[in-house]
Amino acid sequence: MNQPSFSSRRILRPVRPWFIWLSMLVALLLNLMPLGRTPMLPDWVALVLCFWCVREPLRAGMGAGFVFGLLMDIGYGSLMGQHALAYVLLAYTAGTFSRRILWFGPLQQSLHVLPMLVGTQLVMLFVRLSTDAEFPGLGYFAGSVIATLLWYPISFVLLLPQYRPEDKDENRPI
Amino acid sequence: MVSPVAGHSPPPFFRRGPAPLVRLVVLVSAALTLIVVDHRLNYLELLRQGLSVVTTPLQVAAGMPVKGVRSAGEYFADLARLQAENDELRREQVALGTIRLRQEQLDLENTRLRALLDMRERVQVNAQVAEVIYAVRDPFSRRVVVDKGLTQGIEPGSPVVDDIGVIGQVTRVYPLNAEVTLISDKDQALPVQIARTGVRAVMFGAGSGTLELRYLATDVDLREGDRIVTSGLDGVFAPGLPVARVKSVDRDGSGGFVRILCVPLAGVESHSTVLIMAPGKPVLPADDVAATAGSARAEKAIKP
Repeated sequence: MNQPSFSSRRILRPVRPWFIWLSMLVALLLNLMPLGRTPMLPDWVALVLCFWCVREPLRAGMGAGFVFGLLMDIGYGSLMGQHALAYVLLAYTAGTFSRRILWFGPLQQSLHVLPMLVGTQLVMLFVRLSTDAEFPGLGYFAGSVIATLLWYPISFVLLLPQYRPEDKDENRPI
Repeated sequence: MVSPVAGHSPPPFFRRGPAPLVRLVVLVSAALTLIVVDHRLNYLELLRQGLSVVTTPLQVAAGMPVKGVRSAGEYFADLARLQAENDELRREQVALGTIRLRQEQLDLENTRLRALLDMRERVQVNAQVAEVIYAVRDPFSRRVVVDKGLTQGIEPGSPVVDDIGVIGQVTRVYPLNAEVTLISDKDQALPVQIARTGVRAVMFGAGSGTLELRYLATDVDLREGDRIVTSGLDGVFAPGLPVARVKSVDRDGSGGFVRILCVPLAGVESHSTVLIMAPGKPVLPADDVAATAGSARAEKAIKP
């Protein structure tokens, strides 16, 4: 189930479901890296989830968002359901706008992604502030901006397996 | 939307499960339920511990590269720095040794005096040394994870101190590690007293690593630089542990309370080796009147 974007005339190979789950798992690993309270770090799970919900809305969706949100809640030791709620809403929005976003080029795509990621953070902020947590400062939102800048590289990397030619070439790495 | 024929919509060509909006409503309500149950009722510790079986290996795997880089950095650390540190530690040990000798004597004397005053014996506190592994990445709270857990007998509620003073309290225990909420967290309250005057108060985290003394009247006797120690009123923290130093006293705040900001004495935000003490049991007032009167007399006796 591939959707054409405005620039790609090329027909990609179909995505493999295990690759979606593997990339989500790697994103979770990146998020769980014990780097301390550095607010600028991008939320890799949100970014990769957003990517797959835009690219393959029928294979990745709110269910994946909920499961990985719960895992994030436990990994971060945050309020149970905080990430789950934000990721479900993110997956829904990304799936809804998927047809629209894919018509644009990488730059315009990232401009669509930025409000979605900031919205995810706003949901979490709202949930935590309404349960008496401390406001982490505006640097908290820098993570989303950095994640938006990563949109193009991440979509290139995650689509690499689908760029493979039909007939195998021994000299090509992927 | 295709108009339904006689009340029936045509069967779908592709099976895609429930409509997105239905799924959204179901999952969002599930998440909201989880949030409310976790925040209000604290029923989810079992679910958390169960699912931590999945996340703990992931966390260990994710920690490996960070640990590798750190230990590589330590390997290449300056030899001179290590030697200086070693010398300092040796000097400190000698100094502590003399203090320990005197401490033993004082302990004996204290026991005798307490027996004379008919007071309850101070409970012997046993403690475990633990290493802070990392700070929790949740930006809304201030917590760290230490490398001792259920298997080492750590209990929730245990006070955590470092070589200078109080750092926080164990709030969640996993099989192999435990989560410590720092005293600078907004939700963490600590019963304290001002060392110079003995006035009791409650200390809260104030964000950005500072602490706040709340609910003190504007005419309280307090100066900048005063030391704050634990009062031991909660029965969890031993009395007299150093907590903080008063940084600023703002007396013309509205609301009738003075706004007091303090800086923690211990290295609360810098993570190192910590000591996890066994939590004391809260001391409840005794039932019979005679015992109460006796302890009140004793209290009066030791008050200056």
